[in-house]
Amino acid sequence: MSPAPGGTGASPVLLQGRGIGKTYATPVLAGVDFELRAGEVLALTGENGAGKSTLSKIVAGLVPPTAGTLALAGQPFAPASRKDAERQGVRMVMQELSLVPTLSVAENLLLGRLPHRLGFIRGDALNEAAAKQMALIGLGDVDPRLPVSALGVGYQQMVEIARSLVGDCRLLILDEPTATLTSREIAHLFEQIALLKARGVAVVYISHRLDELQQVADRVMVLRDGRHIDTRPMRELTQADIVRSMVGRDVHEGLERNVRPRGRRALAVRGLARGNVVRDVSFDLHAGEVLGLAGLVGSGRTELLRLIDGADRKDAGEVLLGESQAPARISSPMQAVRQGIGFVTEDRKSQGLLLPQSIRVNATLANLAAVSRAGWLRGDEERTEVERLRELLRVRSESIEQPVAELSGGNQQKVVFARWLHRGCDVLLLDEPTRGVDIGARADIYAQMDKLAAAGKALLMVSSDLRELMSQCDRIGVMSAGRLVRIFERGEWTEQLLLEAAFSAYTAAEKQAPQEQPA
Amino acid sequence: MTSSKPPTTRAALTSAIGTVAGLMAALALMIAFFSWQSEYFFTADTFVTIANDIPATAVTAVGMTFVLIIAGIDLSVGSTMALAAAVAGIAMLQWHWPLVPATLLAMATGLVVGAVNGAVTVAWRLPSFIVTLGMLEMARGAAYLATDSRTQYIGGRIDWLGKPIVLGLSPQFFIAIAIVAVAQVVLTRTVFGRSLVGIGTNEEAMRLAGVDPRPIKIAVFALAGLLAGLGGVFLSSRLEAADPNAGTGAELVVIASVVIGGTSLMGGRGSVASTFFGVLVISVLEAGLAQIGASEPTKRIITGFVIILAVVLDTLREHRKKRA
Repeated sequence: MSPAPGGTGASPVLLQGRGIGKTYATPVLAGVDFELRAGEVLALTGENGAGKSTLSKIVAGLVPPTAGTLALAGQPFAPASRKDAERQGVRMVMQELSLVPTLSVAENLLLGRLPHRLGFIRGDALNEAAAKQMALIGLGDVDPRLPVSALGVGYQQMVEIARSLVGDCRLLILDEPTATLTSREIAHLFEQIALLKARGVAVVYISHRLDELQQVADRVMVLRDGRHIDTRPMRELTQADIVRSMVGRDVHEGLERNVRPRGRRALAVRGLARGNVVRDVSFDLHAGEVLGLAGLVGSGRTELLRLIDGADRKDAGEVLLGESQAPARISSPMQAVRQGIGFVTEDRKSQGLLLPQSIRVNATLANLAAVSRAGWLRGDEERTEVERLRELLRVRSESIEQPVAELSGGNQQKVVFARWLHRGCDVLLLDEPTRGVDIGARADIYAQMDKLAAAGKALLMVSSDLRELMSQCDRIGVMSAGRLVRIFERGEWTEQLLLEAAFSAYTAAEKQAPQEQPA
Repeated sequence: MTSSKPPTTRAALTSAIGTVAGLMAALALMIAFFSWQSEYFFTADTFVTIANDIPATAVTAVGMTFVLIIAGIDLSVGSTMALAAAVAGIAMLQWHWPLVPATLLAMATGLVVGAVNGAVTVAWRLPSFIVTLGMLEMARGAAYLATDSRTQYIGGRIDWLGKPIVLGLSPQFFIAIAIVAVAQVVLTRTVFGRSLVGIGTNEEAMRLAGVDPRPIKIAVFALAGLLAGLGGVFLSSRLEAADPNAGTGAELVVIASVVIGGTSLMGGRGSVASTFFGVLVISVLEAGLAQIGASEPTKRIITGFVIILAVVLDTLREHRKKRA
């Protein structure tokens, strides 16, 4: 498929945004202006956290903007909800499919508006209407009576798209639609997008995969740190141009630090693999260092940490502890903890904390043996210990009895850190340790990481914030499509080099696989 | 997440006391109502009867509280009571065992039943609702087999547990009180108790913190079975017999008592002390309604209504606490 010609002056502006901004605790989107024309595909791209999904959620009515205005076909457009936006013809297909797997394709397509008589579904009318809808996006060959679970992921995605086209659709937002698709299915999806364009539907296409943008996009809009950097016709751009505008040229302060002295090997990973999520990853981690892991969302960083921790089963490879040459037996997080590995998970609410319980209960969870004798808790010892940790980490709270659910994100994260300080592990796996953490608490957490490294602990830190990695780490490994593509030493990296490495497995495809045969 | 909030320590404490205080207020109201309706209600006799009536339910409810705290449920306790009582009956009648070893054997029987519940639930990651529902049938069937489907009369050798010794109160009443007290301390003061609350709140977080939930869950079900076994012996000491139909439907009364006591069916929250008050609420209601001459259908309708009311009030209180 070749880049389509649309999007040049000829078609009218469908959606216009002026000064769109969104502020949660901190601004995530500021002063974004953009235009979208009928019948064009606008690619929206940028680093993790650049504001792509926030912007698209604002357009789709999922979140309201805190600044700026939208206009749809010249009329003011301020959707109160997703439903409201859909009524006005603006739809979004999310990354997670929302189909009911046990219902048929037809029932899924028309869910909420099933044709019925006296409450009984009219099967013939249902299947007929569904078949018509499917034919519209070139899926006439799929039997609408099949249960959705019988279809491959690619077809499910198509059904999801077909569903969003039921009724009036003028603007369709696709969020990483190809993340789970095979190349054949991707080719099919692109054909459907071409059909939509021909019908005058405007498409916002969010993707990390720069090689795909070249195939589908008419124009590319780059966001960085919540700001609109550039929008240009795709054919004027190379993939390198896009990466360059995602990085920017700002000089960032506070990125310099002395390399920490690297001690003995604390952990080694050899050929670790799981499906196509983590592929053949090997590296050494040393006492006293902070090793960063960069990469795009979905590049396998979290999955790698979970494999090391024994939380998921590995297909191949091994983990060696200390300087031992024998593989460690780690097949569950419990074994990992026993052997001195702690894991600060990405989602502290669902995987880290007992939310309704107190700071005290949460902080001592991983090492109750230290505050008990023969199974009986020593209340005084526990309180003294937790008070000390609270002081050390500067957890802002009323008392150690306050439920952690009432704390801010930063203070919650400090409680998770307190747990592992209390346990005292040799290797600490940190997954996005400062996500949702305010600047003050962030500094406290960095200071704690410094102390841990100075005390000879080995830290492995995943972060989507490149500047955080550049300022905190001694080395940065970059993952791309499940592989650890390169490990940079301090001094070797630049933001651009890191990003290029992160995109490398996705851009490589353009050279190797030129054209897909249409399905 | 505002910082301008009253100290939460006190809030948490008042909420814990709040449950017990609420239950005591409900009890006082019920006692006042029944005393007003019936001149015979507010007498030592009534309270002695209630006290000697609750031990079987109370000890079984202690085990159930632990099960509910880890977000499980045990529907098999009623049948386990009957099976354990049957085993004790056989030991005393056919093998001529004394009361104490026979009771221990009954408790061991319950322990095995509970351990199977727990092991199957954990090993195949099944909902405990289904596993214990199956066990409800199996244990009942086993009780019929053991007793030859007939009520086995044991007689005076077992009724010592239920006979008054001090102030009209029986040994089983004191044993039940002791078990409630010990269990409350275990729940609040031991590593085991702390782990139960953790598993019920967020099992994945416990795993990642290095605590293996599996042996703990099996132990909880085993403990629930063991206590149901003791409850079964208590029941048969009052009947002076091992009845294969004993404890039919007891699981529902036990679960109702625990829930009235404010323990959450979703896990992570519960107290043995308030469970005991839940047991009291149900038995005072039962005794009072009988005294004022309510018919069996009326009693059941009112009891059911009180169960729902108690949970509604508790839910409202929790919501208010969260919003506060």
